[in-house]
Amino acid sequence: MSITDMTAVELAAAIRAGTTTSVEAAEAMLDRIEKLDKTYNCYVTVDREKTLAQAKEVQSKIEAGELDGPLAGVPVAIKDNMCTEGMLTTCSSKILGNFVPMYTAEAVLNLQRAGAVILGKTNMDEFAMGSTTETSAYGVTKNPWNTDHVPGGSSGGSAAAVAANECFYALGSDTGGSIRQPASYCGTVGMKPTYGTVSRYGLIAYGSSLDQIGPLTRDVTDCAAVLEAIASYDVKDSTSIERHDTDFMSALKDDVQGMRIGIPRDYFGDGLDGEVKDAVLKAADGLEKKGAVVEQFDLSLTEYAIPAYYTIAAAEASSNLERFDGIKYGYRTEDYAGLHNMYKKTRSEGFGQEVKRRIMLGSFVLSSGYYDAYYLKALRVKALIKKAFDDAFSKYDVILGPVAPTTAPKLGSSLADPIKMYLGDIYTIAVNLAGLPAISLPCGADKNGLPIGLQLIGDCFQEKRLIQTAYTYEQIRGPFPMAVKEVG
Amino acid sequence: MAKEYETVIGLEVHVELATKTKIFCGCSTAFGAGPNTQTCPVCTGMPGSLPVLNKQVLEYAIAVGLATNCDITRYAKFDRKNYFYPDNPQNYQISQLYLPICRNGSVEIETKDGGVKSVGIHEIHMEEDAGKLIHDEWEDCSLVDYNRSGVPLIEIVSEPDMRSAEEVIAYLEKLRLIIQYLGASDCKLQEGSMRADVNLSVREVGAREFGTRTEMKNLNSFKAISRAIAGETERQTDLIESGEKVIQETRRWDDTRGESYAMRSKEDAQDYRYFPDPDLVPIVVSDEMLADIRSRQPEFRSEKMKRYKEEYDIPDYDIEIITGSKRMADLFEETMAICRQPKKVSNWLMGETLRLMKEKEVEVEDLRFSPENLAKLIALTDSRAINSSVAKEVFEVMFDTNVDPEQYVEEKGLKTVNDEGALKKTVEEVIAANPQSVEDYHNGKEKAVGFLVGQTMKAMKGKADPAMVNRLLKELL
Repeated sequence: MSITDMTAVELAAAIRAGTTTSVEAAEAMLDRIEKLDKTYNCYVTVDREKTLAQAKEVQSKIEAGELDGPLAGVPVAIKDNMCTEGMLTTCSSKILGNFVPMYTAEAVLNLQRAGAVILGKTNMDEFAMGSTTETSAYGVTKNPWNTDHVPGGSSGGSAAAVAANECFYALGSDTGGSIRQPASYCGTVGMKPTYGTVSRYGLIAYGSSLDQIGPLTRDVTDCAAVLEAIASYDVKDSTSIERHDTDFMSALKDDVQGMRIGIPRDYFGDGLDGEVKDAVLKAADGLEKKGAVVEQFDLSLTEYAIPAYYTIAAAEASSNLERFDGIKYGYRTEDYAGLHNMYKKTRSEGFGQEVKRRIMLGSFVLSSGYYDAYYLKALRVKALIKKAFDDAFSKYDVILGPVAPTTAPKLGSSLADPIKMYLGDIYTIAVNLAGLPAISLPCGADKNGLPIGLQLIGDCFQEKRLIQTAYTYEQIRGPFPMAVKEVG
Repeated sequence: MAKEYETVIGLEVHVELATKTKIFCGCSTAFGAGPNTQTCPVCTGMPGSLPVLNKQVLEYAIAVGLATNCDITRYAKFDRKNYFYPDNPQNYQISQLYLPICRNGSVEIETKDGGVKSVGIHEIHMEEDAGKLIHDEWEDCSLVDYNRSGVPLIEIVSEPDMRSAEEVIAYLEKLRLIIQYLGASDCKLQEGSMRADVNLSVREVGAREFGTRTEMKNLNSFKAISRAIAGETERQTDLIESGEKVIQETRRWDDTRGESYAMRSKEDAQDYRYFPDPDLVPIVVSDEMLADIRSRQPEFRSEKMKRYKEEYDIPDYDIEIITGSKRMADLFEETMAICRQPKKVSNWLMGETLRLMKEKEVEVEDLRFSPENLAKLIALTDSRAINSSVAKEVFEVMFDTNVDPEQYVEEKGLKTVNDEGALKKTVEEVIAANPQSVEDYHNGKEKAVGFLVGQTMKAMKGKADPAMVNRLLKELL
């Protein structure tokens, strides 16, 4: 087996055992990126020298016994909306094309404390707005299973890098499905933790009340290890929650005896692709055979989640993105006449179409006279959706369903019809509105060989139940194939 | 018959809070540092940075609310006010619109006729200050300093309950005193730590509806406020009299020209698109927190006046002046704690201190001498180590530089000469040099002694004990 085919936890064990080193792993991965990324375009920034310097430092710490965790020495890819000190952080936007942060995001710092080595920054939909990674100002990322298809988004670069073995694991961010959906399209594991579990300090905000950083990994074991490393209470983030149950690796148990699993009928109606439906229900059967109690139920309110989400996320985004004005950092237009013309031209030239669409939508729903009708109503819908989930979790430990209605669409087929693209988020966004944890993991492939994702949703703070159920399912399913077998 | 009009005034008062650090980050609020040296990712609006509320700001805001009889909002929130300007690094200001921390308060002011009037407080909310723009005409560019960005403010919004400039000044003085007593701010209008915007409208006496109001900005002193109120009242009255309409607008007062001009009308008013800031969790004020802040409320002026009257034998007028500012009351009490002589301390404050403040145009907040040194000076006069004219001389130096009076008297050799032998010699010389005065004295002119005392003091460079000089003179004559 090639070193780049190892999981993160396997690699760390090998480094600890002395059979390889962090430097060797980083070099192998950088070589692979050099060969493959021309095809897939997973990365916006790769800095070979910085990576190798970090790997050397981490390796010496491992040898000195200062670092011995389950991820020590393992190279990681970071979504380009997390600040990394001294390394370009663009959000895949022209407006931040020259932005080098003066500090590192707390979640990334947590990984570095655990001995991670940063390979580079991954491509994404501009400011995390999109479901295909096609809105990036730095080119589209291609699905490693089939380069005619999108990798999903917005964490498409991170998911594709994991799928193409262009990193051992990656961080993504999930505002409405941006980790889970690309994980599903790329056949990787992706998890969105309970809101407040991972610090948002240094994550360039899209929808602040919905954003959450999480892992994209090759298997559930890596997912638990990474989540354990990045979860922390951070006084710099007011929405951060102090938890004492973040030993997520302890939940890696092959056991779902008596686990109550609910399948929402609402998630299996019109619009769901037949092959996706069959694969997801087959996964539920597998869990039932292992002793889980599986039952169908009505979640309700599903159709209201999308309008509520696009109202709230766009409103927050319209305000969050005001700071990109050409004054302090980032892109500034060449020629302008006065301050307001500078603002207008900088932002017109610096932002892409989808970002502008959401800024306009968000500004509209917050404007005087419309605030109550749109924004406040959306907040009320959000509260009702949370209540619907509360009711469901009084009966079930885990809710099981698809991640997305279809497998990865073809490149260029989504942006022309944004409403249709938004509707593709139907199974993922309610989770963000309710602040819940959810995991996506591969459960099969369609007739074209494109992966299908299974989504498990838990009540707040029930990540361990999700990890245990996902791990058990992984044992039933067996190893998932690799997207890119050989490097020519 | 000419119509009678009345002026209706409400105020929006911004007060900069005296916290050590900013409202949403740990940067210092100290004044006068080099540009952008007191900044961090949060107060410069760096991507990915997040605000965290400074608890001291909340405590000060609640304390001011309690002292002004407000209802404290037990579940409050911060909202974003969105507008683009380079001094505002995020292009939104974090403020409070929907659920401000304090509401429905009032303060009592004294009216001209000696009565008491209650001025309602609509709300008090917390917010962040903006940075400072500097326009460089020479280079034709603008620079921004974010040191002030994120300095905590409270905005106190009154009801339209005031009817004259006098009432406005009385209200502002009352607010200032309350806030100074709380230690929440030094409230200096000139330096901008207290800023008042005046909302004013004019209507016929007896009218039920309010007239159209204007908002006046850039008022940097009580005098400017009075002048602006007079000017705006006249301007609006003239408009109404001539059948024109008052336009709802924001006006800027130019105090040197004594007139205002329109900045922006209601039609140009921006839509701030306020919404709850998702980066800050709602503020929940617990019973414990409220009780704790209540228990730490200081003794306010009326209580202090009552206590001084009971405890110290000093005139009512002195009490009024001393308690009229927190700084003065602190100086009085701290000096008292050392020397236990209320009358003497009060005399120094009411006499020399007020005199020198007037002469040198020093504000009470800028007084330099310490209670320790004032107590030492009192001890020096008590022990007759220096006489009263030397004491005044020393006090003036203390007033300017807070010099240690003991050290100063020692260094300058100002101690009263109590050596009878040396003094006797000088007195003999003075008698010898002034035969006419001696003769006058013997002829029954008592006044002549005064002249001889003066001559002796002069010869002693003021350092003699006048009582001893008097005694010696009478003996030798």
